[in-house]
Amino acid sequence: MTAELTTESGPRTPPGNPETRHGRRRRRSGGNGQARAAVLYLAPAGLLLIAVMAYPLYQLVQLSLYEYGQAQASGGAPLEFLGVGNYAKLLGDSRFWMVLINTCGFAAVCVLGSLTVGIALAVLASRVRWLPRTLLFLAALGAWATPAVAGSTVWLFLFDQNFGLVNEVLSGLGWQGMAGFSWTYDRFTAFGLVAGEVVWCSFPFVMVTMYAGIKAIPGEIVEAASLDGASAWRTARSVLLPMLRPLLIIATIQSIIWDFKIFTQIYVMTDGGGIAGQNLVLNVYAYQEAFAGSNYGLGSAIGVVMTGLLLLITGIYLWAQRATGENT
Amino acid sequence: MTTAARAPKRGLIGRVLPGKRPGRTLAEIATVLVAATIAFPLYWMVLTAFKPDGQIQSTDPRPWTFSPTLENFRQVFTVDDFGRYFLNSVIVAGVVVLLSLVMSFLAAVALTRFRFRGRTVLLIMILVAQMVPVEALTIPLFFLMRSVGSVAPWFGLNHLGSLILVHLAFSLPFAIWMLRGFVAAVPVELEEAATLDGAGRFRFTWQVLFPLVAPGLVAMSVLSFIHAWNDFLFAKTFIISATENQTLPLAILVFFKPTGNGWGAIMAGSTLMTIPVLVFFVFVQRHLVSGIAGAVKA
Repeated sequence: MTAELTTESGPRTPPGNPETRHGRRRRRSGGNGQARAAVLYLAPAGLLLIAVMAYPLYQLVQLSLYEYGQAQASGGAPLEFLGVGNYAKLLGDSRFWMVLINTCGFAAVCVLGSLTVGIALAVLASRVRWLPRTLLFLAALGAWATPAVAGSTVWLFLFDQNFGLVNEVLSGLGWQGMAGFSWTYDRFTAFGLVAGEVVWCSFPFVMVTMYAGIKAIPGEIVEAASLDGASAWRTARSVLLPMLRPLLIIATIQSIIWDFKIFTQIYVMTDGGGIAGQNLVLNVYAYQEAFAGSNYGLGSAIGVVMTGLLLLITGIYLWAQRATGENT
Repeated sequence: MTTAARAPKRGLIGRVLPGKRPGRTLAEIATVLVAATIAFPLYWMVLTAFKPDGQIQSTDPRPWTFSPTLENFRQVFTVDDFGRYFLNSVIVAGVVVLLSLVMSFLAAVALTRFRFRGRTVLLIMILVAQMVPVEALTIPLFFLMRSVGSVAPWFGLNHLGSLILVHLAFSLPFAIWMLRGFVAAVPVELEEAATLDGAGRFRFTWQVLFPLVAPGLVAMSVLSFIHAWNDFLFAKTFIISATENQTLPLAILVFFKPTGNGWGAIMAGSTLMTIPVLVFFVFVQRHLVSGIAGAVKA
């Protein structure tokens, strides 16, 4: 087994502009025949995407505008149009604001954690020889591959109140209070525990991406910088960082998208949102409102808010990156 | 072992930063320690799966065992009908892979090889579709599957078909996007030659193009598989009362009990669930990053 993660780009694009190539082969079969074949080829995927993605997206927005509870879901009561009623209810609900803060804080910690650990280990990996590097990549691959449910259960067991290894080790080291300590009882330790699991399984992507980026930088550039008298720090900041920036942006966006919509880890590790809902995030909150509380309309409104927020954050980040990118 | 040849060349940062041999040895020791820490939860999972119950329900856990047992696995398969759930997961993930293979390949061919009006718009829509947080769609999809179920029970709630439908749809945008690159890499001259030899578009697509794109198809299949395999949210939402149609994630959670969690069984189940994904990951590790990165980049 060649056990190293390389990140060669899979498909190789042939030289030459694909557009002109297509233009060249238009000559024989007229555009009409191609269009008909295209419709045929696209139909299966297209129809399914419309039915299971586009239509539900439309329905999500629509549901959020109605009073839609158990009675309506079973057909026992007529639909009642609320307009922005569900949203107004959310905005006036202190619980919603708590959940919103939870979500943003939790996602921010997870993103920062994954990026810090991932980048640090990528730099470390680029400085060591083959064997330790391969061991590191194998371990990271294992963490990455672990399904969210399996990862959650293992971490939960490691931090178990009575039978967990972590409590035993900590109390063995002389921290007496840790024997029988419940990590999920307190809001912040519970979030910390889940964040630990999330960082554990999502930093490998950052690490592998950044490692590939570091490897792709030609040595000549660095040599030129040091010939010009640049210090190591200066080289890292002014030469390497700008070159790694596109990859860094990708890693950040991907982390934001992942960590903002975490469901499984929170649900499994805090048993559906923690004691009295102290560990709810938007996704779990929407699920609980809809399927535990039968407030499907309200749940949909939360879903819309989450979708909008996610697009907004990604958009702002991209825009900010572009703005600073143009300045430098 | 392509990496062995590359090994003597020192890392880039190593060349830049001062501190020669002692620094590197220190860094290598740190790397090994970090690797051990990262792998430890997995080790603990497998170890616990083989530990006898007395050593698991102990306030004095040891990171080894001298009396390994298969009792936890036996329990998983007898108390909980794990074999059945494993099969369910395999069916869902397998069908998703097969169908998404064909559907995304056809769509990718149409989007790269054919010229037609609205092509760019379609491409942008596929990109946007990748950004949709599918978790937010749980509620409308629940009602959609409920109404589908009254027409075609196999694709309704409580049946595996509903899970297949959603995971298939969710895997398509990314799969199409990824395959597009692979299809575009096949030279157009090849199609011209095939046409001269008398092969029609249909024959060319399936007998020439399809095998040529195989590496892309494998990578894409594995990613779709993992996606469907790991799903917890939709399995929990759609399979409400028909416990015989549950998938693995839910089956593992059965052992969480207010009276005391069956950690041995939970770890055995988690181990069984992780193995297939791990095998596939090693298979396609090359394409993982380029695939994910490519999807975000554009």
